[in-house]
Amino acid sequence: SNPFEVKVNRQKFDILGRKTKNDVGLPGVSRSKAIKKRNQTLLKEYKEREKTNVFKDKRFGEYNTKMTPEEKMIRRFALERQQNYGKKNIYNLNEDEELTHYGQSLAEIEKLNDIVDSDSDTEERGTLSAELTAAHFGGGGGLLRKKVSSEQQDEEEEKPKSRKELIEEMIAKSKQEKQERQTRRESALELTEKLDKDWKEIQTLIARKTPRSERKDKEVEKPKPDEYDMIVRELGFEMKAKPSERLKTEEELAKEEQARLQKLEADRLRRMHGIDEQANKKRPSHMSADDLADGFILDKDDRRLLSYKDGKISIENEEEKEEEEGEEEEEEQGEEEDNENEEESQEESASEDEEDAAADSHSDLESDLESEEEAGNKEEKKYKSNENKSQSVEKLDPKREAAKSELPYTFAVPESYETFKSLLAGRTIEQQLIILERIQKCNHPSLAVGNKAKLEKLFGFLLEYIGELATLDLPGLRTIDKLVLPLYNLCQMFPEAASGSIKFILRDAAHDLEEVIEVKGRATFPGLDTLIYLKIVSLLFPTSDFWHPVVTPAFLYMSQLLTKCRITTLQDVIKGLFICCLFLEYVSLSRRFVPELINFLLGVLHISLPKNRAQGYTVVHPFTPVGKNLELLLVCDKEDVKSWEKQNVPLSIVNRLKEASRTEINHTRLSCLAMCFDLIKKCAALYESLPSFHEIMHPVRILLTQHVPVNEYPEKMQEWYHSALKELENKVKHYTPLICEKKKPVPLKQYTPKIVKVLEFGRKQAGSKKEQERKELIQRHKRELKGAIREIRKDNQYLARVQLSEIMERDSARKRKVKELLGSLATQEGEWKAMKRKKWKN
Amino acid sequence: QLPTGLYKKVLVILHDSVLPYMNEPTLMMDFLTVAYGIGGTISLLALNGLFILIHQHNLEYPDFYKKLYNLLDPSIYHVKYRARFFHLTDLFLSSSHLPAYLVAAFIKRLARLALTAPPEALLMIIPFICNLFRRHPACRVLVHRPGGPADMSEDLYIMEEEEPSESRALESSLWEIQSLQNHYYPDVAKAAGVLNQSLSEMEDDISGLLELSAYELFDKEVKKKAVDVPLEFEQVRGLFGKKNSIFAEHFSLD
Repeated sequence: SNPFEVKVNRQKFDILGRKTKNDVGLPGVSRSKAIKKRNQTLLKEYKEREKTNVFKDKRFGEYNTKMTPEEKMIRRFALERQQNYGKKNIYNLNEDEELTHYGQSLAEIEKLNDIVDSDSDTEERGTLSAELTAAHFGGGGGLLRKKVSSEQQDEEEEKPKSRKELIEEMIAKSKQEKQERQTRRESALELTEKLDKDWKEIQTLIARKTPRSERKDKEVEKPKPDEYDMIVRELGFEMKAKPSERLKTEEELAKEEQARLQKLEADRLRRMHGIDEQANKKRPSHMSADDLADGFILDKDDRRLLSYKDGKISIENEEEKEEEEGEEEEEEQGEEEDNENEEESQEESASEDEEDAAADSHSDLESDLESEEEAGNKEEKKYKSNENKSQSVEKLDPKREAAKSELPYTFAVPESYETFKSLLAGRTIEQQLIILERIQKCNHPSLAVGNKAKLEKLFGFLLEYIGELATLDLPGLRTIDKLVLPLYNLCQMFPEAASGSIKFILRDAAHDLEEVIEVKGRATFPGLDTLIYLKIVSLLFPTSDFWHPVVTPAFLYMSQLLTKCRITTLQDVIKGLFICCLFLEYVSLSRRFVPELINFLLGVLHISLPKNRAQGYTVVHPFTPVGKNLELLLVCDKEDVKSWEKQNVPLSIVNRLKEASRTEINHTRLSCLAMCFDLIKKCAALYESLPSFHEIMHPVRILLTQHVPVNEYPEKMQEWYHSALKELENKVKHYTPLICEKKKPVPLKQYTPKIVKVLEFGRKQAGSKKEQERKELIQRHKRELKGAIREIRKDNQYLARVQLSEIMERDSARKRKVKELLGSLATQEGEWKAMKRKKWKN
Repeated sequence: QLPTGLYKKVLVILHDSVLPYMNEPTLMMDFLTVAYGIGGTISLLALNGLFILIHQHNLEYPDFYKKLYNLLDPSIYHVKYRARFFHLTDLFLSSSHLPAYLVAAFIKRLARLALTAPPEALLMIIPFICNLFRRHPACRVLVHRPGGPADMSEDLYIMEEEEPSESRALESSLWEIQSLQNHYYPDVAKAAGVLNQSLSEMEDDISGLLELSAYELFDKEVKKKAVDVPLEFEQVRGLFGKKNSIFAEHFSLD
């Protein structure tokens, strides 16, 4: 454009690579644009500021851009005619009268003419006439002819068409169009018919290829009015049918299981080393996919159970069943998986049989549900088969089956410990297990809202029950052995609640211990229940973690037990050894160092020796080098020593020392000693990688080599002794001097410019993404606000200008008028004066 | 001369309720020296009074550090007066004029004894040793010996040696602390891990750690809030679990 109209915005600094959009401006252009826009909008508004009436354009199709002007005209004309149809022109007197010519109406004749006219031969006629004229006027040259034609045109132009002619022309055109349209439609119809015919031919070919079953379906289906629709729908269904997932082979299942275990193991190792991976910390799904499937199936079972419990099966349930039948395949699959996972030892054939049985029952169900009772029986049968499958094989014997049938099928979760206890009281272990299982099934958290809390409570009750069983005079250890299974399942479901209740128990136990120490100054070993709880901790939680909310307190508690509790009886020794075993089990994977363990084992060895032999080693608390509780494990009776056989120490001894004979007690002592040797051996194997292994084991080794009267032991004991000693001795001494890890040197402060990646020019980089976004929003708001203010200001200026010009105009008009008036007055005056003068003259 | 119980009682209160009110505290010199020589707990208790005499009344005690060194035996981590003893030991060893071999011997012995210590004592003794390293940089060879032999078949330190100067502590390394890095209690393992890095300049404050009790540790652990509880993924088969477990080997459920 005009270079004088361009305003260049000069930049202070030229920055390479920066694109600016506002380096040149056209102030004149933009101003005129703004003014024009205001003229169109603001000015209009201003002028109409006190007007409420609106101009409405009712012309037909005035603003319809789709219509051509001709069409518009035709429609308008038609409308006009319609309006005027019924009306008679009162001024047109001759309207009714028909003009005739030889008895024929003139209008008819005209019409006839018109038809002839509208024929395609008008052109011909035209040419003919041209020829005629040519013949008449003797013209033959193209030039002349052209001239003639032009002349004709001129003539036509000169002679304006009458209104009637025009209208007739239009009508003719519309008629023609109408005809054309009709022919088109006809041809289209013909084509579609042909297409249909063709399709039918092809369709028969396709239909032959469709599978038989579908064709059967087709036959069965009621013939619908629209065949084509039906076919389309069928084709759609055919597309959707996908191959179902095949059943997994056993190897694949095993592989999956292995992969799952590997993943979990890797997770455990990570936790063992105490690596905190907060970033990619996912909630480890310890519930396997199988578990979930299990729960899903349980839901189904539950519903049926409930329905059976009512004594009759409602129609609703039947419907449900029918619905479920579709899903049965999946269920079966899930159950199979369950079987294979839970009962690895089970023989294949057996499980297959069971499956067959289950399938049979399913087919039974499918076949008929005639009478309610029969259906009920089948329900029961089916339930039992499920039940069998989900429980271990040993429960298959008929006696228990019978016992089981006596149990009710649904249980509410007991609200208090007393009700819980009464529920389990007097039942066999298996029945108790079944009851617990059913409670879990009936109150699965997915079934109702409050079930989660109830089952969490159940965990606490179960723990309490186990504790009570353990404190009995004759501890129900076999029962506990089985009860840990539901405990484990519950723990998997509610880890938080489970850890909470176990922590609570541990805290209580530790608190009691502390109190006893404060009051009496010394502590005694807790009962068997606490030991069992500690064992359960190792069953429910991974003990190899660097830190674990339950296991770490358990560690500390056991450490206290081994260091604080006094050893006064044989039971204390057994309890202590039990805790040693626990320690060993806890650290078996992580190989962590437990000083208390070694101390205690040393002490146990010490008390098995005759007095006054302690030299070269020191026993620590709770053992004393001198005192009354020495020689607790010392066996002097030669006969007993000879008759000793290594046997497992029964745990019930802890609660109640049987009024056993001296021999038996001595045998137990020797068993403890053997256990001690074994534990030492295990410790040695566990800790051999520690750099100061020899220092740790030094007192034990001295005691073993110098003080233990090996030759007095029976042969079996000597075996234990030698294996332990061998494990201690054959470790190579190996020391490497310590070297600190090299510290990363602190870099010197440097003054090179900090280079930051610039993502976008002219935008601030600092801050997080969110912060940046916020800043940008604020800035944009500011900019918009400024723009709006500027616009408003400009609007006001414009308006003021308009008003000013109006006033000026008004003023000037007034001035002019006044001038005019004054002028006319002056002339009048002048004239009058002139007249007067004339008069005077006259 | 006195029965043990009475002896202990007297020694416990001696330093703050008897000695300050005596005109001639030096009269207690003989009593305390004898008590210190007895060994065991009584020695530990006599230390306090003796310290006051040495500190304020110019008592010259020959072989004081040697005696102190020989007081260290496994029971010091388990006795009731542990806090008191370590407070005093800290005082005695705070002098920067002590020879390096002596401090190294103390460090080595304390570390060796720590192998039998309960976690609450370990949490105290590891910062204690760190502080000794800070005060006596010459002892740092115990944790950092870059030019030493690559392999040793023996720990050169002689535990049984009564004379600190003969114990060859400076030729050894602190493998004990390295072992403790595998301790089951995570805090101990972390504290022991500090010695892997070069130490910071500031001394740790161990006054709060002296009185630490096992129950406090337990309480602290129990009260920790866990975000989520990892679970054992191995299916439970029974109370004693797998067939090869230690329990099944030694205990029966009867």
